[in-house]
Amino acid sequence: MILLDRVTKTYGKSSVPSLDRVSIHVEPKEFVIVIGQSGAGKTTLLRLLTREERPTSGKIIIGGIDYDKLKDKDIPLLRRKIGVVFQDFKLLPNKNVFENVAFALEIVGISNREIKHTVPKVLEIVNLKGKEKRMPRELSGGERQRVAIARAIVRQPRILIADEPTGNLDPKHAWDVIKVLEKINRFGTTVLLTTHNEEIVNKLKRRVITVHGGKVVSDRANASYKD
Amino acid sequence: MQRKLTTLSRIFQTGAINCIRNISLAVAAMAVMVVTLTIVLFSVITNAAFTNTIAQITDKISVSAYLKDSTTDAQANELVAELKKQSAVNKVTYLNKGQALQAYVKQNERNQTLITAAAQAGNPIPATIQIYPKNLNQINEIKNTLSKLENAKLQTADSPSYNGDRKQAIDTITHATNVLRKIGIISIIVFAIICALIIFNTIQMAIFNRRDEITIMRLLGAKTSYIRGPFVVESAIYGLLSAIISIVIVNSAFLASNSALQASSLGLLDIAYANEYFNTHYLQLLLMQIVLGILIGTVSSVIATRRYLKFKIR
Repeated sequence: MILLDRVTKTYGKSSVPSLDRVSIHVEPKEFVIVIGQSGAGKTTLLRLLTREERPTSGKIIIGGIDYDKLKDKDIPLLRRKIGVVFQDFKLLPNKNVFENVAFALEIVGISNREIKHTVPKVLEIVNLKGKEKRMPRELSGGERQRVAIARAIVRQPRILIADEPTGNLDPKHAWDVIKVLEKINRFGTTVLLTTHNEEIVNKLKRRVITVHGGKVVSDRANASYKD
Repeated sequence: MQRKLTTLSRIFQTGAINCIRNISLAVAAMAVMVVTLTIVLFSVITNAAFTNTIAQITDKISVSAYLKDSTTDAQANELVAELKKQSAVNKVTYLNKGQALQAYVKQNERNQTLITAAAQAGNPIPATIQIYPKNLNQINEIKNTLSKLENAKLQTADSPSYNGDRKQAIDTITHATNVLRKIGIISIIVFAIICALIIFNTIQMAIFNRRDEITIMRLLGAKTSYIRGPFVVESAIYGLLSAIISIVIVNSAFLASNSALQASSLGLLDIAYANEYFNTHYLQLLLMQIVLGILIGTVSSVIATRRYLKFKIR
């Protein structure tokens, strides 16, 4: 489902790469956690997967799409196949909760009738029923993050990438978000989660990839933070 | 097809909603558009009023050729026909001796002495051909036709009326009208360019404030046209509303000037005519403003969004 083969990313003329010959293979329906300290290269890794950045060398294939052959004009099509939850939510400030989630469906040309049918269901999954008309500025951090998750899953992507989705949340809301991700994974979506929340990693007991200094230093199944 | 229509209607709907939700930006952008469109509208009307003033002056100026008493009506008519063929000539009127006297009497009806003197001299007024030029610049062409040898033979020793002091006055008016016409056209072009630049910058500022929104849409996989569309619609709505407001402002200005100004003209600017021109060309002017407003708004937003829509993959 996700394949990174000896991927290196170096910014500008820096001699130290942000990612150094990273190879990862994620199977379909897997739930993988990427951990590492700030600056370890987690965000760079995700930005490469969403094609916000291009690797300096190495190969990336996601859902059968070879990034080497991907043209700029086809990037929107790639991004529609991947659901992304950003740490800073990235909600559209001029759209309410319903419209933010609906936007992900509108851009692929889904009919209004289907949108009216699907969006409330997804909002129910993330426990935001009744808050459809609220603007992002009227929501708490946890609620905003759940809107971002709803928007990422509403198209039922085969892959969901979540970049520290609990980073700005208190423990209770953080767990709400993780539960939603687990639920989505049970429905068959491959989830790639980055975090440095020790408690979450330990409780989930999933495959954990540790990144340090731009390199993968460990990759273990059913692991906890200190394994 | 159905999907494309749905997308198109969404683009229009989102553009309209954004206008309302970004009301402060909308007001700022529209204020600038209204001011500049109003200036353009005023310069168009002023130019029309100047053109009318020039036309009125041109209409009153004619070249009179005085014919010898020996000239027959047939010869005179031949000359009239020849003059009518000239591209510079707008209108030619021929007055035989009798008609010329009548015109003279009518012209001087308050001066009894002149009329009596003319009657006692046994009609000294020569038959006259009055030639009206299409354009003041073309008077010399008419003069050249009249001075051709066979035409000159028919005329009295008095040269055509276009001479001496009168010539100087006409030349001055011709020069002034040419300058005014050029100033009018240049000012419309300059104002239109300034208008486009100011509106472009305002819309660019408005879009700059919302560049994050564009980035988010890009990350979610929206296509360029779907992101740009609502911005273009929004700017077109600014243009449309600004055009209507500017017409209302100019209309109100004319209504106010009617009651406030006693004079019907300010120098060469004929206010009464400007008012009449505005009223008779109301729909054309409204259409011109709307097209200009929408065009500038649309083009500006397309250019302004372009830089944020490029894929900048490092």
